[in-house]
Amino acid sequence: MRWQNGTVTRIVRRSPTVSSFFFKLPEFIPFVAGQHVSVRLTAPDGYRAQRSYSIASAPEETAHIELAIEKLVDGEVSAFFHEVVEVNDEIEVSEPIGGYFVWPPGQEGPLLLIAGGSGVAPFISMARHKLLSGLDTPVLLLFSARTHQDLLFRDELAEIVDRRIGFDLLATLTRDADPPAGVRKGRIDAAMIAEAIGRLPSALHRVYVCGSNPFVENAAQLVVDAGVPPGLVATERYGV
Amino acid sequence: MATRGFTGRRSGSDETRDRLPPGQFLEHGFPVLSAGPTPRVRTEDWMFTLKDGVRPVKSWTWAEFNALPQSKMTRDIHCVTTWSKFDTAWEGVMIDDILGDAFIEPPTGFTLAHSFDGYTTNVPTPDLVGGRAMVALRYEGKPITADHGGPARLLVPHLYFWKSAKWINGLQFTAKDELGFWELRGYHRYGDPWKEQRYTND
Ligand SMILES: Cc1cc2nc3c(=O)[nH]c(=O)nc-3n(C[C@H](O)[C@H](O)[C@H](O)COP(=O)(O)OP(=O)(O)OC[C@H]3O[C@@H](n4cnc5c(N)ncnc54)[C@H](O)[C@@H]3O)c2cc1C
Repeated sequence: MRWQNGTVTRIVRRSPTVSSFFFKLPEFIPFVAGQHVSVRLTAPDGYRAQRSYSIASAPEETAHIELAIEKLVDGEVSAFFHEVVEVNDEIEVSEPIGGYFVWPPGQEGPLLLIAGGSGVAPFISMARHKLLSGLDTPVLLLFSARTHQDLLFRDELAEIVDRRIGFDLLATLTRDADPPAGVRKGRIDAAMIAEAIGRLPSALHRVYVCGSNPFVENAAQLVVDAGVPPGLVATERYGV
Repeated sequence: MATRGFTGRRSGSDETRDRLPPGQFLEHGFPVLSAGPTPRVRTEDWMFTLKDGVRPVKSWTWAEFNALPQSKMTRDIHCVTTWSKFDTAWEGVMIDDILGDAFIEPPTGFTLAHSFDGYTTNVPTPDLVGGRAMVALRYEGKPITADHGGPARLLVPHLYFWKSAKWINGLQFTAKDELGFWELRGYHRYGDPWKEQRYTND
C-alpha cells in the first residue's frame, strides 16, 4: 500500500454532523468514482488509528481529493477530524482502494444509487463524474437522510438534476415532519424502490447501496424483493 | 510521522494491546461487511460440497453436516477495516473432521472457499487443517444470523476476517493458488493481520 502525506487545504461544513476535508496530495493517483482511501493517524508514541473514507470528489478533479466525514460521538478518528484537524495539517492518506463498489467501466447503465446519510459520499463522486465526463449513463440517486439539513450536497445535486443530463434524484427524510416540496417522507420502502426503478429509462444495469449496516441491509433486501438479481447489487457498509 | 494533536484512544491494558495486531482497534459491537445483499439461505436448501479441482468428492445436507463432530473455537478476530473483536465463541465442524468424513488427505496445498452468493476466497490448505479452521454453525451459542454469514460460515481466525467466507457452500482444492473475490480486487492474497497484509503489495 502506498501512503502519502496529504495537506488539508480546506474544511467545509456540509451539515451539523458532516464536514468535507480537502486534501492536496504530493502525487494525485487516478481513481474510479466509488473508491475509498484509508486515513492513518499516528500518535507521538507510534500508536496508530486507521479508517476508510469514500472519495467524494470526481476523478476529473486532480488538484485535491475530498472526504466527507461524519462526526460520530466518541469516534476515535471522525471526532479527531472534527475537533482537532485544521487547514495546513498533514495527514497520511493511502492510495485509492476498492475494485468492486465502483462506477462500471464503459457506458453501461442505468445505475441506481441508494444512499443513507453520509453513505452518499461515493455517489457524490459518481454524480460529479457523470457531469464532468459527459457520459450519458442514466443515473438515479435515491437518498435517505434524517432531516432536510442532513441532505448532504443538496444544492449541488439539485443543480446537476436541473442540467437534464440524465441524473435524477429522489430524496426522502426520515425525521422531518414536513419535508419541502418534492421530497418524500419516511424510510425507504418497497414503493420508493419501485418508483426509483420505474423512473429509469431502461432496465437496470447495476444497483449500489451505501450507508450504515442496518440501512444497507434493509435497502438491499428491498431491491432484491423488487426482483433485481442479487448479483447486480453492490453494497458498501460504513459500520455498525 | 506523528499527526499533530493526535494521542489516540488507547485500548486499555497492556494485555489488550498485546492482543491487538498492528493498526487494529478493539471493537465491542460486531460490524458487518459484505459486497452485496445478504442471501437468505434456508437450511432445507443448504448443501456443502468438497471438491478436488472440478471433481466433487463428497456433499452433505444440513442434517448430515450437523451430524459430524461438533467442536468449539473461541478466538480473537481481526477485520481488514481495522476493528478486532476478542474471544468470539464459535461452534461447528473442524475442516479436519470434514476431510476425515470424506476419507481424504488434502490433495493440494491450495483451497478456494465458495459461497452461496458466488463469493470466493483463497486460503492455503495448511491454514485450514491441524485445528486451525472450521465451518462454523453457531455463534455465542446461537445459530449464526444471515448478516453474519449464517447458516454456515468459514472461520479462519488467524487471517483477516474476509477470509472467513460467509454463506459457505463448499471447499475446492486447486492445483495452484487461485485468487478469490477480494484478492482479485486489491486485497492481499494471504492476509496475516500480524504482518499487516491488508492490500495486494503489503
Ligand atoms: C469502505 C468504507 C468507506 C467509508 N466511507 C466513509 C465516509 O465517506 N464518510 C464517513 O463519515 N464514514 C465512512 N466510513 C466509516 C469510517 O471508516 C469510520 O468507521 C467512521 O468514521 C467511524 O470511525 P471513528 O474512529 O470515528 O469511530 P470508532 O472509534 O471506530 O467507533 C466509535 C463507535 O461507533 C460505532 N460506529 C462505527 N461506525 C458507526 C456508524 N456509522 N454509525 C453509528 N455508530 C458507529 C462503533 O461500533 C464504535 O463503537 C467508511 C467505512 C468503510 C468501511
